[in-house]
Amino acid sequence: MLAITIAIFIPFLAALLVPFIYKRVQSRSIGWFVMSVPLALFIYLASFIPAVAGGKTYIHTIKWIDSAGINFTTYLDGLSMIFGLLITGVGSLVILYSIYYLSEREALGRFYVYLLMFMGSMLGVILSDNIMVLYVFWELTSISSFLLIAFWYHRKKSRYGAQKSMLITVSGGVGMLAGFIMLYTMTGSYSVREIIETIGQYTNESLFLPAMLLVLLGAFTKSAQFPFHIWLPDAMEAPTPVSAYLHSATMVKAGIYLVARFTPVFGGEAVWFYTVTGVGIFTLFWGSVNAVRQTDLKALLAYSTISQLGLIMSLFGLGSAALNEGYSADSVIYTQATFAALFHLINHSTFKGALFMVVGIVDHQVGTRDIRRLGGLMTLMPVTFTIAVIGSFSMAGLPPFNGFLSKEMFFESVLNVRNLDIFAMGPLMGSLLPVVAWVASVLTFVYSMIIVFQTFLGKHQPDRLDRKAFEAPVGMLIAPSILALFVVGIFFFPNVVGTYLLGPAMTAVYPPFEGAEGLVPHIAAWHGFNAPIMMTIGVIAVGALLYIYLRYWRGIYSLAPMRWNLDSMYNGLLTQTEKTSSFLTRTYMTGYLRDYLVYIFVFFILTVGGGLLWTGGFSIDLSNDAPMTISEYIIIFVMMGASIAIIFAKSRMTAILLNGVLGYSIAILFVVFRAPDLALTQIIVETVTTALFLLCFYFLPEWSKEKSTRSLKVFKGIIAISVGTVVTVLALVVQGNKMFESISVYFENAYELAGGKNIVNTILGDFRAFDTMLEVVVLFIAGIGVFTLIKLKAGKGDEDVED
Amino acid sequence: MKINDVILQTVTKIVVFIILTFGVELFLSGHYNPGGGFIGGLVLSSAFVLLYLVFDIETVHKGIPFDFKKVAAFGVLLAVGTGLGSVLFGASFLTQTASYFNLPVFGATELSTVMLFEAGVALTVVGVVVTIILSISEDV
Repeated sequence: MLAITIAIFIPFLAALLVPFIYKRVQSRSIGWFVMSVPLALFIYLASFIPAVAGGKTYIHTIKWIDSAGINFTTYLDGLSMIFGLLITGVGSLVILYSIYYLSEREALGRFYVYLLMFMGSMLGVILSDNIMVLYVFWELTSISSFLLIAFWYHRKKSRYGAQKSMLITVSGGVGMLAGFIMLYTMTGSYSVREIIETIGQYTNESLFLPAMLLVLLGAFTKSAQFPFHIWLPDAMEAPTPVSAYLHSATMVKAGIYLVARFTPVFGGEAVWFYTVTGVGIFTLFWGSVNAVRQTDLKALLAYSTISQLGLIMSLFGLGSAALNEGYSADSVIYTQATFAALFHLINHSTFKGALFMVVGIVDHQVGTRDIRRLGGLMTLMPVTFTIAVIGSFSMAGLPPFNGFLSKEMFFESVLNVRNLDIFAMGPLMGSLLPVVAWVASVLTFVYSMIIVFQTFLGKHQPDRLDRKAFEAPVGMLIAPSILALFVVGIFFFPNVVGTYLLGPAMTAVYPPFEGAEGLVPHIAAWHGFNAPIMMTIGVIAVGALLYIYLRYWRGIYSLAPMRWNLDSMYNGLLTQTEKTSSFLTRTYMTGYLRDYLVYIFVFFILTVGGGLLWTGGFSIDLSNDAPMTISEYIIIFVMMGASIAIIFAKSRMTAILLNGVLGYSIAILFVVFRAPDLALTQIIVETVTTALFLLCFYFLPEWSKEKSTRSLKVFKGIIAISVGTVVTVLALVVQGNKMFESISVYFENAYELAGGKNIVNTILGDFRAFDTMLEVVVLFIAGIGVFTLIKLKAGKGDEDVED
Repeated sequence: MKINDVILQTVTKIVVFIILTFGVELFLSGHYNPGGGFIGGLVLSSAFVLLYLVFDIETVHKGIPFDFKKVAAFGVLLAVGTGLGSVLFGASFLTQTASYFNLPVFGATELSTVMLFEAGVALTVVGVVVTIILSISEDV
């Protein structure tokens, strides 16, 4: 389906249009245009739900770099469907919310351009089948997230947060790229579907494990898993709609998507099982521990997002156990963890999105998010309060909200692990998991209560607020209300979601289990008095007690080990790297051009000359060479004379002219050897360079006699002569040996293949057009570089704009 | 630096047209004979550079009111755009095609998509070279 491919590009095209529209319509109504994009895409994607639920998948390939196996292939199956609906659906709501949230004085055009860019890249990530294309979109999401976090770039903290998130997610992404290349080396394919089919033969290769760990690195950094979670709280400097969209509902779930997508590739391996489950469950615990101590509502939600992402991650780890021995009646039970993961993924996006919007409303209306200053807003903001209750109670895992259902399934899955007898799963590990999960859930309950009770109940403190508290305008309440409706609606009709969304996604994660009994369980709110419900009752009882006595045990957070944190390690690492690299750079960047030339030439002699010596590659064969004519001798001697004369030139002008003699002589040589294209180019380049020289001439200092010691002169002489020797030898060696078949035969058919008789230009414009295109781009970048260096440099005494 | 060289200015006024014509000729003939986008672009830009050298920047800018940065950017867009164009017709990225057309004055002429690509190259070269030279010369 070409249309699905186009769907990825529609947000980018809309992003191109936004600046032009914003120039005309400088008001918040630009948001309505932007909102129509994800809304239309959502409806379009939703129209595929019945077909995808029926087991159909859509694939479309556009040939891109076919010779390297990189094609633009889009693939829509159940898994990408869930993510696609989340991206477009939550995207529409967030834009609707942002229309009322952002002030008209903000740079709305810029904001929506970034947001649309993000949306397009995210759709690219989830719809791409080719992992190289996936990687490109993956990094694009990091970049657009960077731009959105730094939207208020005049704030130092915004810039810090943006840089932090960029550094961590992009380095993870580069690791993931290395993993992808390893996968390609093993399987010879960049297509995820092909890799899934053939990976079985390669599980014993030495690259298999590193590839798995590197792909996980990418997923963990993106999804803010411990110890890479530290970027997420700082990313909360972004405007609240961005936090709701990128840093809770979609972008941080890209890592989860990656894990889900690669479960059929790596799942069933013990390392995958332990890493994903272990990191996930620890992140769940650590996030919930940290969330309780936050006083800023947004920071609290950030840690709670980390914690919930850990929960989903650990479920995917548990679910991968089912792939260990293939399909059997016993192994199906473990797939339920993945089912719960996908279910919780949807639920989390609904309730967390709503909660972020609620916090945004509170911040917008009263001017603070600090829970110590808030309180008693229930009567003043009844609608906001209702949504907050729905969201928080769902997060805490209480009925009648969707969080309850997925939380129960989570408990059930961790309890199932006790029966797992693969991967050397002892009774200790088996019982540790449920205990950690339960403790984390208790803390989740506590911070969910903090959100509701400390913001909306208690004593109202109007004197500590910036503004008088009022209910938010209707426009701002629509989006969170819709999400809250979903939170309740999914609880009452969970099997609609189960059949139409989760079922097809399960088939995508477990290809060998397709159509198996029990892969798509029936979701029921009431199972009778079994272990999960007892655990939930325990959570409520203990959590309520802990919340009531919160101020008595809060002291543990000031204990030493709790203060020792990863943030200071990150900052230390950053400053150390900067210090070391600037120290290193200062040792060799002297500011003298001649020093740099020495570096370049010495490196050249060592690598090229040394390489020739090392491989013993001298075999100079002059027997096939044509005899030299008189005219060639004359040109050569003119050149030699000119180059020797440059050394003794007294003025700069003479040197430039002599250099010109050299250049034009080469052009004449090209004519003699019947290479008119090269001759033409050489002449024109020479002319333009001379003009440039003349321009720069004006700025250059007087050419004074160089004062240097004798030994330095000798050293320079040696370098000059060695470079000349290396080049000459190299040229002779290359000329004398034909190691490869000449490719000129191919190009001589230029007329039939490319419709042109000028071989040089058919190479430039057709056979190797990709090279030419990139060269043009590089040339352009160089031009812009010169322009910015000269025009935008800070004058003396100007303020340094960096930092 | 005020230059008032009447002979040079008079000669330039004529020579520039010769160089420009030559540049266009080189650009157009590239498919069968020596020439092409890069060389054509360089020749065109050398004509502009000559103008800037002989007359001052303000005078030339009055006659040729282009922003050469935008010319370069347009060139890059054109070069990349022709590559993407082939994708829309289901071919690989940067596939070129050509065919003969009967044009009123020129008779049977070969028109090729390479031409658009090369035009992009030429515009980029002109834009970048002039931008670099102008930036350096204005930096006093």
